[in-house]
Amino acid sequence: MKHFVSRLALASALSVASLAAHAANTDITVAMQLEPPHLDPTSAAAGAIDSVLYSNVFEGLTRFMGDGSVVAGLAKSWDISDDGLVYTFILHDNVLFHDGSTMDAEDVQFSLNRARANDSTNAQKALFAGITDVTALDAATVVITLDAPNGNFLFNLAWGDAIIVAPESIEGIKQAPIGTGAFKFANWVQGDKIELIRNDAYWGTPAVLENVTFKFISDPTAAFASVMAEDVDAFVGFPAPENLPQFEADPRFQVLVGSTEGETILSTNNKMPPFDNVKVREALAHAIDRQAIVDGAMFGYGTPIGTHFAPHNPAYVDLTGISAYDPELAKKLLAEAGFADGFETTLHLPPPSYARRGGEIIAAQLAQVGIKAQITNVEWAQWLETVFRGKDFGLTIVSHTEPMDIGIYANPEYYFQYDNPAFQELMTNLNATTDPEARTALMGDAQRMISGDYVNGYLFQLAQLSVAKAGVQGLWTNAPTQATDLTAVSWAD
Amino acid sequence: MIRYTLKRFLSLCISLAVASLLIFFVIEIAPGDPASFMLGINAQPDTVAALRAELGLDVPKFERYLAWTQGMLTGDFGMSYTYRTPVSQMVADRLWVSLPLALFALALSTIIALPAGIYAAARRGKTGDVAVMSATQLGVAIPNFWFAMMLVLIFAIKLRWFAGGGFAGWDKGLGAVLWSLTLPAISLALPQAAILARVMRSALLDVMNEDFMRTARAKGLTTTQTLWKHGLRNALIPVLTIIGLQFSFLLAGGIIIEQVFYLPGLGRLVFQAISARDLIVVESVVMLLVFAVIVVNFAVDLAYAAVDPRLRART
Repeated sequence: MKHFVSRLALASALSVASLAAHAANTDITVAMQLEPPHLDPTSAAAGAIDSVLYSNVFEGLTRFMGDGSVVAGLAKSWDISDDGLVYTFILHDNVLFHDGSTMDAEDVQFSLNRARANDSTNAQKALFAGITDVTALDAATVVITLDAPNGNFLFNLAWGDAIIVAPESIEGIKQAPIGTGAFKFANWVQGDKIELIRNDAYWGTPAVLENVTFKFISDPTAAFASVMAEDVDAFVGFPAPENLPQFEADPRFQVLVGSTEGETILSTNNKMPPFDNVKVREALAHAIDRQAIVDGAMFGYGTPIGTHFAPHNPAYVDLTGISAYDPELAKKLLAEAGFADGFETTLHLPPPSYARRGGEIIAAQLAQVGIKAQITNVEWAQWLETVFRGKDFGLTIVSHTEPMDIGIYANPEYYFQYDNPAFQELMTNLNATTDPEARTALMGDAQRMISGDYVNGYLFQLAQLSVAKAGVQGLWTNAPTQATDLTAVSWAD
Repeated sequence: MIRYTLKRFLSLCISLAVASLLIFFVIEIAPGDPASFMLGINAQPDTVAALRAELGLDVPKFERYLAWTQGMLTGDFGMSYTYRTPVSQMVADRLWVSLPLALFALALSTIIALPAGIYAAARRGKTGDVAVMSATQLGVAIPNFWFAMMLVLIFAIKLRWFAGGGFAGWDKGLGAVLWSLTLPAISLALPQAAILARVMRSALLDVMNEDFMRTARAKGLTTTQTLWKHGLRNALIPVLTIIGLQFSFLLAGGIIIEQVFYLPGLGRLVFQAISARDLIVVESVVMLLVFAVIVVNFAVDLAYAAVDPRLRART
């Protein structure tokens, strides 16, 4: 009994200690599911790297805001030549890297040239493909020349893959990143946590938080326990949607439901018979009950989509009506295409629950119209090899999380192999257009074209689900890019 | 004893060599390229080729195998493809979590199991025996991650005595480390203790039927005295075998428990490495575990000889 009492005393002492820590209101522990493999946003595709570092530690010339808009970052202002080929950026003064050295035009030149070099290992090298020259005019002025006008250029520069690094810190960047952001990297215990501290020499508005700890908890049950036991202050990208109602009912917590850039689609091999027949693809689209998938696989979180475009984007066109759920119509279309008795195909499912859970439901819905989809569960590495590069698949489910990625439909070599010269021309026009209104119109046309061609089965926009203690304010609700921007986060008093 | 030891040692070396070959080639055959995994779906072919060259993946498999095994002899396991840090350092870091956890769990399991098994054997057929046996039956049947989830629910979420998971870190001191490992160690130990208690009981019961036990009773010792002086020592061989097996299992088999308690241990490292196709890490950790199992078995073999002089004489 004595032992029992002393444990209780210890436990209460611990909770008093944690209360005291929160009274200071400048520390936060944020959990997420995946750990970054290393800390260089410019040489891997892993979203977890940006989730920790984007805009916290590293900054680019422009940056994404929580609402998806692109604003000035390290560049104070810019000027675009009339032909749209020459961008002149004026950098902010007094920007220091965390090691105390000055960030100037030479660093910008180095970073962009490194990303587009022949031996570059930048996962989004295509973003920089149009750059023909980067010149540091003086310490605060950079001139970038393109080979063709690119209406997306400022947007592209906001990606985590385009952040500005210093040549002298490249060697250690994977373990000890040195950026210009409002937080400095402090410590990484691999498999466990990454710690950041406030950068008191920050050039812009300083952060409110002083100490930030990112914890990596991949198991959904453990994620639930960590929030419930108040071991973490926030969980960004909470992996167990079934538990969210419990947090919503608990006054200690707040639940943030937003949207990501992830269009979750039933990718269809457009070159493989019978999917090379547009009637079959149309039948596929009408055989899918999107809301049932959102309810069954995602516990109701997610917005049904009818094209490959994020619903929260101002240029989005709601085309869900074109592929409305209508199994009778689907059967009729299949019969017209010569498949009155249906056919067999494969359905490759990568690990995320949207695919594994959603795949079961889709297979059942397809069976209703006579399409027998043989489910194969695959790991990501295997998915990349067989489905993505080998193009050896009939159907697969995947969430395309890159922002504004409708351009992938202009590449006939892309794994779903949609080859439509009209669409390719449309994309060329879009890239060459800088006028916002004309761009919106073109993006609308693009959405309608792929929707009308039923290239893929468009399912739903992946939701961004986060849980935080009630006192945490300033977290992003949406995820316009995979980032956990803590520069404006604070505790309510 | 020396010949016995040498013979055991030779078989240890052969096992290791065969294991290294199997591990390397079986893992390398599995589909999936680490470089394209890292660069994701937007990467261009020349970028993937550049990364493959940077990682040394363009070298033929057999040459990589030779480099890997040669490095291992000097304690150098190579560089992780994804983390880009030396594998030996990563493994060492993780061992500082997994090893204490395994030892903690093994100690708990032994402390619970041996008295329970001895008690049940001494009370054979009586209420005490039935109670212990029912409890162990339950312990064997229930998976350890279920125990883990229940412990978290009760002691972390409801009572708030422990954190829901996570590792305190050695900089916080031994007390904090043990405190943070308590729930995982208990959930690992309970099913193991159940098995061990059953083994202890049946080993003791087997020994009790031996002739020398009757002789001991005949020369005037009480039941309890025979049990302690003659029975226990002879019953220890199967128990040692199980403890040896359990240690290797605890070291390697903590994967699920490490996930449930998000501990940065070896199991979690392997789990992450497999999904990222960080092959060299997977190969090295598996090799290390094989090494641990073989060395533990070697030690158990030697322990048999220490416990049972007949084994020494026979070989």
